[in-house]
Amino acid sequence: MQLIACPHCGPREETEFHYGGQAHVAYPAGNATLSDEEWGQFVFFRDNPKGPFAERWVHSAGCRRWFNAVRDTATHQILAVYRQGEPKPVVA
Amino acid sequence: MTAPRTPGADLPDHPDFLWRNPDPKPSYDVVIVGGGGHGLATAYYLAKNHGITNIAVLEKGWLAGGNMARNTTIIRSNYLWDESSGIYEHSLKLWEGLEEDLGYPILFSQRGVLNLAHSLQDVRDSVRRVHANRLNGVDAEWLDPQQVKEVCPIVNISPDVRYPVLGATYQPRAGIAKHDYVAWGFARRANELGVDLIQNCEVQGLDIEGGRVTGVRTSRGTIRAGRVALAAAGHTSVLAEMAGLRLPLQSHPLQALVSELLEPVHPTVVMSNAVHVYVSQAHKGELVMGAGIDGYNGYGQRGAFHIIERQMAAALELFPIFARAHLLRSWAGIVDTTPDASPIVGLTPVENLYLNCGWGTGGFKATPGVGWCFAHTVATGTPHPYNAPFTLERFTTGALVDEHGAAAVAH
Amino acid sequence: MTSSFRLPTGGRVDRSTELAFTFNGEALTGHRGDTLASALLANGVHQVATSVRLGRPRGIVAAGAEDPSALVQVEEPFPEPMLTATTVELHDGLVARGLPGQGRLADEPDPARYDAVHAHCDVLVVGAGPAGLTAALTAARAGARVVLVDEQREAGGSLLGAPERLDGAPALDWVAAAVDELTAHRDVRVLQRTTAFGHYDDGFVLALEKRTDHLGAQAPANRARQRVWRIRAGHVVVATGAHERPIVFAGNDRPGIMLAGAARTYLNRYAVLPGSEVVVFTSDDAAYAAAVEIADAGGHVAAVIEARAKAPAHWAEECARRGIEVRTGHVVTGTSGTDRVTRAHVAMLADGVVGPRTGIACDTLLVSGGWNPTVHLYSQARGRLRYDAALGAFVPGEEIDRASVAGSATGEFTLAGALRSGHDAARRALASAGLSTEGLPAEPELPVTDPEPPAQPTRVLWSVPDPDPDAGHGDQRFVDLQRDATVGDILRATGAGMRSVEHVKRYTTIGTAHDQGKTSGVIASGIVAEALGVDVGELGTTTFRPPYTPVAFAALAGRDRGVLHDPVRVTAVHDWHVMHGAEFENVGQWKRPWYYPQDGEDLETAVLRECAAARESVAMMDGSTLGKIDVQGPDAAELLDRLYTNLMSSLKVGSVRYGVMCGLDGMVIDDGTVIRVADDRFLVTTTTGNAAKILDWMEEWVQTEWPELRVHLASVTEQWATIPLVGPRSRDVLAAVAPDLDVSNDAFPFMTWRDTGVAGVPARVCRISFSGELAYEVNVPAWDALAVWEAIFAAGRQWGITPYGTETMHVLRAEKGYPIIGQETDGTVTPQDLGMAWVVSKKKDDFVGKRSFSRPENLRPDRKQLVGLLPVDGDVLLPEGGQVVEVDALSQPPVPMLGHVTSSYRSAALGRTFALALVRSGRERVGQTLYVPLEDELVPVTVTDSVLFDKEGSRRDG
Repeated sequence: MQLIACPHCGPREETEFHYGGQAHVAYPAGNATLSDEEWGQFVFFRDNPKGPFAERWVHSAGCRRWFNAVRDTATHQILAVYRQGEPKPVVA
Repeated sequence: MTAPRTPGADLPDHPDFLWRNPDPKPSYDVVIVGGGGHGLATAYYLAKNHGITNIAVLEKGWLAGGNMARNTTIIRSNYLWDESSGIYEHSLKLWEGLEEDLGYPILFSQRGVLNLAHSLQDVRDSVRRVHANRLNGVDAEWLDPQQVKEVCPIVNISPDVRYPVLGATYQPRAGIAKHDYVAWGFARRANELGVDLIQNCEVQGLDIEGGRVTGVRTSRGTIRAGRVALAAAGHTSVLAEMAGLRLPLQSHPLQALVSELLEPVHPTVVMSNAVHVYVSQAHKGELVMGAGIDGYNGYGQRGAFHIIERQMAAALELFPIFARAHLLRSWAGIVDTTPDASPIVGLTPVENLYLNCGWGTGGFKATPGVGWCFAHTVATGTPHPYNAPFTLERFTTGALVDEHGAAAVAH
Repeated sequence: MTSSFRLPTGGRVDRSTELAFTFNGEALTGHRGDTLASALLANGVHQVATSVRLGRPRGIVAAGAEDPSALVQVEEPFPEPMLTATTVELHDGLVARGLPGQGRLADEPDPARYDAVHAHCDVLVVGAGPAGLTAALTAARAGARVVLVDEQREAGGSLLGAPERLDGAPALDWVAAAVDELTAHRDVRVLQRTTAFGHYDDGFVLALEKRTDHLGAQAPANRARQRVWRIRAGHVVVATGAHERPIVFAGNDRPGIMLAGAARTYLNRYAVLPGSEVVVFTSDDAAYAAAVEIADAGGHVAAVIEARAKAPAHWAEECARRGIEVRTGHVVTGTSGTDRVTRAHVAMLADGVVGPRTGIACDTLLVSGGWNPTVHLYSQARGRLRYDAALGAFVPGEEIDRASVAGSATGEFTLAGALRSGHDAARRALASAGLSTEGLPAEPELPVTDPEPPAQPTRVLWSVPDPDPDAGHGDQRFVDLQRDATVGDILRATGAGMRSVEHVKRYTTIGTAHDQGKTSGVIASGIVAEALGVDVGELGTTTFRPPYTPVAFAALAGRDRGVLHDPVRVTAVHDWHVMHGAEFENVGQWKRPWYYPQDGEDLETAVLRECAAARESVAMMDGSTLGKIDVQGPDAAELLDRLYTNLMSSLKVGSVRYGVMCGLDGMVIDDGTVIRVADDRFLVTTTTGNAAKILDWMEEWVQTEWPELRVHLASVTEQWATIPLVGPRSRDVLAAVAPDLDVSNDAFPFMTWRDTGVAGVPARVCRISFSGELAYEVNVPAWDALAVWEAIFAAGRQWGITPYGTETMHVLRAEKGYPIIGQETDGTVTPQDLGMAWVVSKKKDDFVGKRSFSRPENLRPDRKQLVGLLPVDGDVLLPEGGQVVEVDALSQPPVPMLGHVTSSYRSAALGRTFALALVRSGRERVGQTLYVPLEDELVPVTVTDSVLFDKEGSRRDG
């Protein structure tokens, strides 16, 4: 069980959070013009890397705010957290 | 004192010989990536059903050391949708003859499975599944709480628990098997038929020329391949990326656990989605349980302990007598999940590259069935009718086989 | 039997207490401070159990949790399966028996309580031996918040089992002083009888405290029997010691064969002489202390069988002084005995060849093959291990984040080294936890140890060749005693082609039993490596997985059982429902009235009566569980336009609109009403079960996709109580309780809302209907709900107002063809499938899910659509979940199915049964006869429109 550093509240137990999958996947504006394949990609396809992964979390049993984290999916170690709207930090 | 009992005396012995450990040859007709249950079964059926024996199964670790070694061994076919019950029932029929076919004591025990219902909607969904199963030729019954108790006397059917048992579906032909023995049975037969089982051989790249796969680059050198079949479960996304394919998969830790050996108390398999319990008692006497899936993506083969704690609380709601059983060991596998909780088995945009993935929590029970169908797909270049619905394209067209939306029963 | 093996003096047992216990039916006694194992040995009982496969007698091998053999079942005070006798603290009234391999669960509920506690500290030290105590002292002196956990009943670790000295005095004096100092620190917590069993990320350690087990029947009923400590530490110091490693030889499983270190523990800590006639077999220095101490305590040590060519000089001298023969270059090749060892077979071993055997009579055979650091907790947290060829053991490799290892768990086996390593680990822990070490002296103040004799390297010897491989009794060189797995089994596995220790483990089952291979795992790796001719380090060992020692399910479940398993939510009117005999349905976490049986009514009769009241006069229900979300801000309307399929921005203040939400895939996820409170404020309702999910869903969109929208969301589910008032007389009832409200149809039309007083309480009344009847929904603050409910009930009495539950609600809405999300839908159903194309806006450019409606699958003409089904025989009630087929006779499976029955009821209003169903091309099939297969018949049904009652909507306005 991990300690997750909510960028608004500080380190809290993993049980206070929920996972939201890959970060920085914007809802496509003007999606009426997307092909079925492009739309399918947006709805159903997310990256699934083994290694650092920028992903969304929500501090659902805390401040209820969404934020992003870069986490190594091989070790589960969180390498960086950052707020909504902030750019993905460069991690080693 | 009573005469000493030896409850473990009747377990079968293993054969004296299982497999060679060959070095990889420069070239194979078919290279199967992933030496788990699915990879081994695919190799076996390619050789047996299709006469293709110049096959390598490449395993980055030890054979059947991934999810095959980590699952809770539940076998059943009582899925809701026609597409699912088709392939799982095909699999169950193969399970019923597998011990003889493989000549290996796989301890397949058709002790039945109960899927409990805890709410009125659970009841509706369960009855719906029973009716659908019957019309699909899958044995299924709806049991009221008293009948549940008759099948499994230790289930607490008291109305006083937080989410009382309102009934259950029952598939008598369902059961469990010994996972390692199944894998070794397939491996031994495949080896006998000439398949090279190559361990400690990690695939690090795929050679693709003109949209067609021609070989694999591995930690033990480059191997040319007429066809490449991916059967790497949780690691499929990583491999697919080597071919430039993006798949609708997410890999999650899934934990399981066992207790110490106990005198027989639990005659069947009990699953409950609402309170997250999946439990059977294995042949030697240990309770084997599956937990809920960990929420985040992970390749770490480890999960968070609060999942196990919740699992124990749920287990004791249904089985109060487990209170002083002990958690002996917990572990995790990596399951590759799809948006509709159904697998992807078939062709890919890369010629001669075939895909079998996305089984989530259902992979073990599908082992012979998907091995059979995937072998057909690889051998003929055309999906077998049973895996034809499980295309990658369905995520474009919307023709999903949504097994968690409808009467979801995982594992 | 008398306590003939208890020494007259010494040990840590309290001789002033005599504890009576029963083992295998025999009445025995021991003392406070004994374990079941030490008490058995004091009584001369060595055989404890029989083995699982071969039924061979098995005894006590170790003195702690690593024991592979002495499995017992506790029967009283309460049955507990499979414990090791070495970890059961003796108490008065204990009844236990040896196990034949399988434990027995109680057939009655466990009356004990269990709980869990969270603890936070800078430094967690696991193990209160010399290294752990030093680490804890060092950290405490630097001002750190320290938790020290230790699995024994008292601190001291290895010092409890050896007559060590520190600062020229018994080492246990130092231990006592250290514990005193630690407990005097305000920020230090010392937990004895507490086993750290799991080590996870970021300094998270789980430990199990046994709080009452040692008290037996005297355990206070109000105290939790066991407690799980969830400890979050800045840094973890793993000072868990080492387990002695046996050497495998034929007949090594006989009772009386014990690890040499364990024998010292029984002698020194429990004042028990393990046997009278002792042989020691070792390839390591440490076992000599056992020989010497046993001889000094009055036991006869027949010989030390030393596998190495030369005995360590110091110990050779000590042995000589006591007349103990040391046979160097010899090994034990086998044993004799039935229930206990009676003879050790000894032979010279040179170049792998066993020489001629001689027998040495003995009742106890002590074995030592070196020591394995207890690296479990370190390894669980992903610490890598390194094989140390000199020790024949896996030791911690590079240090990991937030954890250090100290003492013999590092492979450092001297006392002085352990103390120093505990100190050093604490300093690293302080630095890692971000604490100053300035307060600490530059040079550590460590107690002075007695000089230790020069050590001679261990000879790494996994197993002794079987001298009689063809004797016909099979291999009796047991690697894993619990699994009856032998060297021969390992060789069969490698012969079968297995090259991985994980395969060998699974083939032989070595390491999978109760002890999880604490003493057998490394030996198995060693034997495999020898068989394959590879390096043990390269081969590795099997993974250490939590828990370190077995933990009762109930301890992990803690208090989360029964009513506390999941929160129970009840409405403000709940007690009234209970008093009026309601039967309840679980909907999510809520308890909702299902129906209100009167005078022995069953569900069906009660529901027919409740429905009739709603259709013919007036009825009321508690709808407070509906999810309610207050949406505020200048962009509130814009947000709702993006999330609902229909247009919400055009809704006028004072009006109400029904809306549907879809997922990105275009499938319906929820529905409910939206009322516009002000230009910049809406109140939206959700289904009961989805309230939290929909709030989360809306928040996710607002925060992650559209942060530019000026809108805020808050759940007000608990703040508002909701009372639907339904039926032709509902207007009369409302008029009676809301005197200020013009209830006329013109003044208060359908799909509008009004703020007014109801029963003197400020209320918001909506004119909406989920039944087709004239109906209102009275919303009041939850505090006032009961009063308002009772006032409405009283006002409606003259019209026979009838409370109804969820079942009646379901029937009423089904008669009108209104879907229930989650019952008519299953995540594969679109608004169009439900016949609600009208709720999908054509005007909006986009809303969530819109794009998915034009995927090929959504455009198929043969999608499943919601229709009504009327059984041809109006008495036949279709089962919900029944499948719909086209044919009137079933073929061989698979039979093509057209869809399924989603809802099915007896209707008072229709005077017959009816159902809703999702049916392929359903709307085209209206008028067709289809079939629903039951157990042994096919029920013909007529497909109809989904609206079965009052198609014209004539009842809506009363």
